Amino acid sequence: MELLAKTLAFLAPDEFSPAVLVTCAGAAWFYHRGRRVERALYRATLFWVGLLLIYGVLQTHYDFYAQHMFFLHRLQHLLLHHLAPLLIVLAQPGERLRAGAPPLLRKHLIDPLLHSRLLHSTMTLIQQPVMAGVLFFGLIYFWLIPDLHFIAMLNLPLYNAMNWGMAIDGLLFWWMVFNMRREGSSAAYHFGGRILLLFLVMIPQIVIGAAIALSGQELFEVYAVCGRVWPLSAHVDQQLGGLITWIPAAMMSVAGALLLLQRWLREQGLATAGGARCRELT
Amino acid sequence: MSRAHLIALLLLLSGCGSETTTWHGRNLHTLMPDLAFTLHDGNDRQITAADYAGKVVLLYFGYAHCDDVCPTTLTTLAHAVHSLGNEADRVRILFVSVDPRRDTPEVLRHHSRHFSPQLVGLSGSEAQLQALAKRYRVAYGYGAPGADGAYQVYHSSAIFVFDARGHTRLLLEERLGAAAIAQDLRQLLITP
Repeated sequence: MELLAKTLAFLAPDEFSPAVLVTCAGAAWFYHRGRRVERALYRATLFWVGLLLIYGVLQTHYDFYAQHMFFLHRLQHLLLHHLAPLLIVLAQPGERLRAGAPPLLRKHLIDPLLHSRLLHSTMTLIQQPVMAGVLFFGLIYFWLIPDLHFIAMLNLPLYNAMNWGMAIDGLLFWWMVFNMRREGSSAAYHFGGRILLLFLVMIPQIVIGAAIALSGQELFEVYAVCGRVWPLSAHVDQQLGGLITWIPAAMMSVAGALLLLQRWLREQGLATAGGARCRELT
Repeated sequence: MSRAHLIALLLLLSGCGSETTTWHGRNLHTLMPDLAFTLHDGNDRQITAADYAGKVVLLYFGYAHCDDVCPTTLTTLAHAVHSLGNEADRVRILFVSVDPRRDTPEVLRHHSRHFSPQLVGLSGSEAQLQALAKRYRVAYGYGAPGADGAYQVYHSSAIFVFDARGHTRLLLEERLGAAAIAQDLRQLLITP
């Protein structure tokens, strides 16, 4: 009974956010309603796991721990910015989400938005590989500026902006990387270019992760000042946080590159097979 | 436009004014919510932030059985406030015990007497303490009790400073020392 109470207490949000709830519940509802469009179980699983991860790190008591332990904060961002968006993007949920939206909303909000010129030009700008790459690691650097990090952990609006920014940028970045056929545009980036981009964003992440992990200085004092949840030394906390920023984050680039490579080979295989058949026919 | 007007305008444009003050502590102005809480004091009376309206408030979390960090911090704060002389009474140090199980009102009353006449020992129910800790985004926790039943309490080291209107102004740390803290308090008292 006590365990149940504790579990329930853990699952309750530390700082209830209607925006996160509405966004996640809305996405879940649309996705569920649109199930006729996409039946592949593995894709649905990827989507649900990704969505649950985002909701879980923001709206359970985990968020409380992430506010008070540096390495848990880094893990939160790894999930928000790397793993969960990657899973969601791999699920290619766009069409199913659109189909699952209530007709009125689809007609008056979603479709006009999808066709709006403003959205298209914004997306074209921020989905340029260089721009997307710089945004991707730039955000990590930005929120790890020690003085800014200090304030972000104390000021709730800033803290929320940081986490929203991470999730949104993660979705945009991984979507850019895996978005094969962009409708109405022939400028699909070459597989080699995408793999290169993943490699290039990996380097600055390794640099900042290693710099944090190997620094002898206490860089993020806010955790000591506001109290850690359990008595982990500041040094160990920072080392763990640095390692998370460094190794698993870099591994996500490798994982993404391997997935791209697999698709590349498959596409080439199809092309060669198709070519061979064409020659047979002639 | 007269010359005086021009100078005033230039000063305004260059952002001159009270905001150019430099602090030893971290400036938290407009970053955190105003002072608000419901707790009880050493006489088991209910106390809210309104009881300290018009005072500069130093808010610090700790526990009376603490044998290193808390007494050091409270001593430094007491020195800083004492050095303000006549102005000392415009300041209050609120020591919030996050260990209400051991820190009964009586313990709090005896404990705060050691340090300063401007120090008030406060505590509250678990819900009251959690609400306050959450408001200022600080954490606390309890270690495993030893053979004698004594246990450690983990808490923040932050000292939050509020101006006479209850707005959050500064975050101080003990290592700044009494002189620097007193200087910050003096500035706050002069320019509210």
